[in-house]
Amino acid sequence: MSEGAKRVREKGKLWRTFKKNRTALVGSVIILTIIALALLAPWISPYDPLEQNIRSRLKSPSQAHPLGTDEFGRDVLSRVLWGTRVSLTVGILSIGLGLLVGTAMGTIAGYRGGIAGSMIMRLVDVLLSFPVLISGILVVAILGPGMGKLIFTIGIVFVPRFARLAYGPTLAIKEREYVYSARVIGVGNLRIMTHYLFPNILGEVLVAGTLWVGTAILTEASLSFLGLGISPPTPTWGNMIKTGVDRLTTAPWLSIFPGLSILTTVLSINMIGDGLRDVTDPKLRI
Amino acid sequence: MIQFAIRRILISIPILLTVVTLIFFLMRTMPGGPAVAVLGDYASKETVEALEKQMGLDRPLLVQYAEFMGNLVRGDLGRSIINGRPIAPEVGRVLPYTLQLAATSLLMGIILGVPLGIFTALRRNAFSDYLGRTLSLAGVSIPAFFLGILLMLVFSVHLDLFPVMGAGNLWDLRDNLYHLVMPTLTLGLMMTAYITRTTRSSMLNVLQEEFVRTARAKGLRERIVIYGHALRNALIPVIAFVGVYAIILIGNSILVEIVFSRPGLGKMMIGAIKQRDYMTLQSVMVVYAGLVVFINLLVDLSYGWIDPRIKYE
Repeated sequence: MSEGAKRVREKGKLWRTFKKNRTALVGSVIILTIIALALLAPWISPYDPLEQNIRSRLKSPSQAHPLGTDEFGRDVLSRVLWGTRVSLTVGILSIGLGLLVGTAMGTIAGYRGGIAGSMIMRLVDVLLSFPVLISGILVVAILGPGMGKLIFTIGIVFVPRFARLAYGPTLAIKEREYVYSARVIGVGNLRIMTHYLFPNILGEVLVAGTLWVGTAILTEASLSFLGLGISPPTPTWGNMIKTGVDRLTTAPWLSIFPGLSILTTVLSINMIGDGLRDVTDPKLRI
Repeated sequence: MIQFAIRRILISIPILLTVVTLIFFLMRTMPGGPAVAVLGDYASKETVEALEKQMGLDRPLLVQYAEFMGNLVRGDLGRSIINGRPIAPEVGRVLPYTLQLAATSLLMGIILGVPLGIFTALRRNAFSDYLGRTLSLAGVSIPAFFLGILLMLVFSVHLDLFPVMGAGNLWDLRDNLYHLVMPTLTLGLMMTAYITRTTRSSMLNVLQEEFVRTARAKGLRERIVIYGHALRNALIPVIAFVGVYAIILIGNSILVEIVFSRPGLGKMMIGAIKQRDYMTLQSVMVVYAGLVVFINLLVDLSYGWIDPRIKYE
């Protein structure tokens, strides 16, 4: 059997195991639904998420407002739907940034090696021992609030994580026969890294990255909840909960629905993660 | 063991130095500098310069750094920009609250999580296993502040059992514990979820090892196989992960302190950011750094103690 056919068969097997794993399948369906809702938000939101209506302030859930209204009479359902866009955008873009920079850093450190390489990885290990939230708070306190800065902040926090992930495989792959042959025929270092090393680590990095989108969303929500992320009136799940906390006794729906949205999103991503782990770790296969 | 411990303690020193240095220089990269951060963008050039002079920011960076490190070694964390009071005593006042919350939550996580993990591993794929897995997956997916809010709604607002905010008097045991229940429950449930998951998967791994098969083959009773042979080995990775989770816990304690208006390091830090008190922020960050490095040290030491193989690496 040719190499290619073997790979296709392996992939088919992975996919079949994944399909059989109900947890992962349910997680995928939920997250796809959430992505669809985020994309369709402008068309399916019953109201403008920023439109204030003093007459219908703090109304509990009803037919007109299925999730109630907030302190400015804005429709909570519409705000939750638009908040989905913000959360997913911040989660995906920040992880994308962390992935690009971190993977490049780890690959370079692994490929070039030497004292510089191991110094970088020492620093990475130190940074890794810090809670995501505390590093995030430090960077955001320096940069200030705003969506762009928030994406940058969370991206930076994930750089050491991707660097660590890319470093190990790079060390192993750079010793392979085909990398040596490439060097012998005069392929440049940059091209070796981008065309020979990177495609081989991409799979692992992408899987981890997908799962870390969940952590990034949690971080965004936490920072916005602390008032350090995206400021009102832009609706995000975190800042909606922040304003809702003050009215917990009179209008609990203000914090409950955005909170459930965060939980559902992160949970579905983690379900996929658990499923993937069952597939890739045959020891634990059911 | 003593040699291992000394070596490990010595390694922590450069790590701590690196982090503290990083914090110092990061704080100096604030757009416009710390003085502008305090006074706002519209402050006149003269006021900014006056404050910079007063704070010693007009001196060369390396001089400032040397002074900062020198003070740190002597336990001096500087003075707050807002009220001019020394920061170290304030940290000393709030730190016990944070440590107390972290300790009780971690303890709750271990006491509940380890047995739950063993239980679900032994009943793999039974209904109770599915339920345990679903709940623990939800536990690691929920934001700490939202879990706190939900618990608050149930126990404080509806049942009126526990106070919504504050920490009570630290030295009055009854009052203190009464205020500690809700925050501990929040972080403790999260820790339980994390530890249950780790214990379960570690236990499943160990149960497939050769030595477990050998123990069964030679006719040992199942209880002895599980608690005498499997569990002891399964707990080794759990201890390493408890360290990782303790650090996640420290991060989440910030959110819980804010939700329950509980004094602590996190609340102090957020307050400092809101007031643009960059000196306090810097000092609290340094204290967090010390805490994280210390936890990592403890984990490594306990790891070396439990698994003698580690020491000879």
